[in-house]
Amino acid sequence: MLLSLFVVNKAGGLIYQQNFSDTAAKLSSNDYLRLASTFHSIQAISRQLSPAHSRFGFGIERIETDTFVLQAFQSQTGVKFVATASPETKNLKNFLRRVYDLYADYVLKNPFYELDMPIRCELWEVMLQLAVEEHQRSNS
Amino acid sequence: MELRRFTQPSATKPTHTTVSNSEIAKWNILDRPLTRSREELYLSTFSFLFAEAVQYLQTRVQQVSELEEKLNQLGYRVGQRALELLCFREKLNRREIRLVSILGFIRVQLWKFLFKKSADYLKKVTDREDEYYIEEEEPLVNRYISVPKDFGQLNCAAFMAGIIRGALDSAGFTASVSAHYIHREEKSRLAFTVTIFMIRLDESVMNRERKLAG
Repeated sequence: MLLSLFVVNKAGGLIYQQNFSDTAAKLSSNDYLRLASTFHSIQAISRQLSPAHSRFGFGIERIETDTFVLQAFQSQTGVKFVATASPETKNLKNFLRRVYDLYADYVLKNPFYELDMPIRCELWEVMLQLAVEEHQRSNS
Repeated sequence: MELRRFTQPSATKPTHTTVSNSEIAKWNILDRPLTRSREELYLSTFSFLFAEAVQYLQTRVQQVSELEEKLNQLGYRVGQRALELLCFREKLNRREIRLVSILGFIRVQLWKFLFKKSADYLKKVTDREDEYYIEEEEPLVNRYISVPKDFGQLNCAAFMAGIIRGALDSAGFTASVSAHYIHREEKSRLAFTVTIFMIRLDESVMNRERKLAG
């Protein structure tokens, strides 16, 4: 089951956050911002720690805990998509690819969206909701 | 003797011999034969270009209505050229002179040429002789666009309205065309939004039309 989704821009600023479940941790909007930028930094540090230097790796991809998993995906342009879900959830990687697709279509091709600013696009919300429902169905 | 300048390229590159597509692609766009079959473009390519155009226009206007007007003007130039090319390719240089047939031509041929499908409906406004509208459930240009609330009733399909106006105007039917969002409610579906292109014809066109009919 999906819990929530974060979209972080290349500077570490949170540009979109949405909870998909009542069981998702509820934080204040400032806390979400802090969390996003902290994760952004930790990922950058983890990249430095890698013993084999890789141009393609982007650090932490997945964090597993007893109560939830966190999956991250970074696009070539540095936009990060981070999803949290309950531990048994499958296909999280695919779900993030799908979200990236939607971001490229409904956010970047929208002339009223300014790069790196918070995402406020009606169609993106609608399509994201559909993608979430589809993912929930494929998991149940 | 101006004409010769235009006819020369085709003389040097005869079009009746068979040439491969890759060879044609190398030619200058002006050297290519006009009768060549349709070319297709990726929707992404168009969407990015269109989004960029809208963003550019936004920096040059003060009000939303001005933006709509600018988009309309942009489409006008496309419409003029599209009509010219289509009449050449499909109608052997003939052009519709009656109102209903030109509107049908726009709904079917022009739409298919530009968007690969005909427009959903063409309707006449009840009790108005000079008003028609073309209805389109999902205009191609709006596929990825969400208009923010503070832009009011802006519909970026104003660009398509401009195309219609350009085509009509070149064919001798002066008209004003505007794009609007209409909220529909149907029993079978949830409430949904369609775009209509309102076509208001000029008085002179209607007078001519009456003469032709009589």
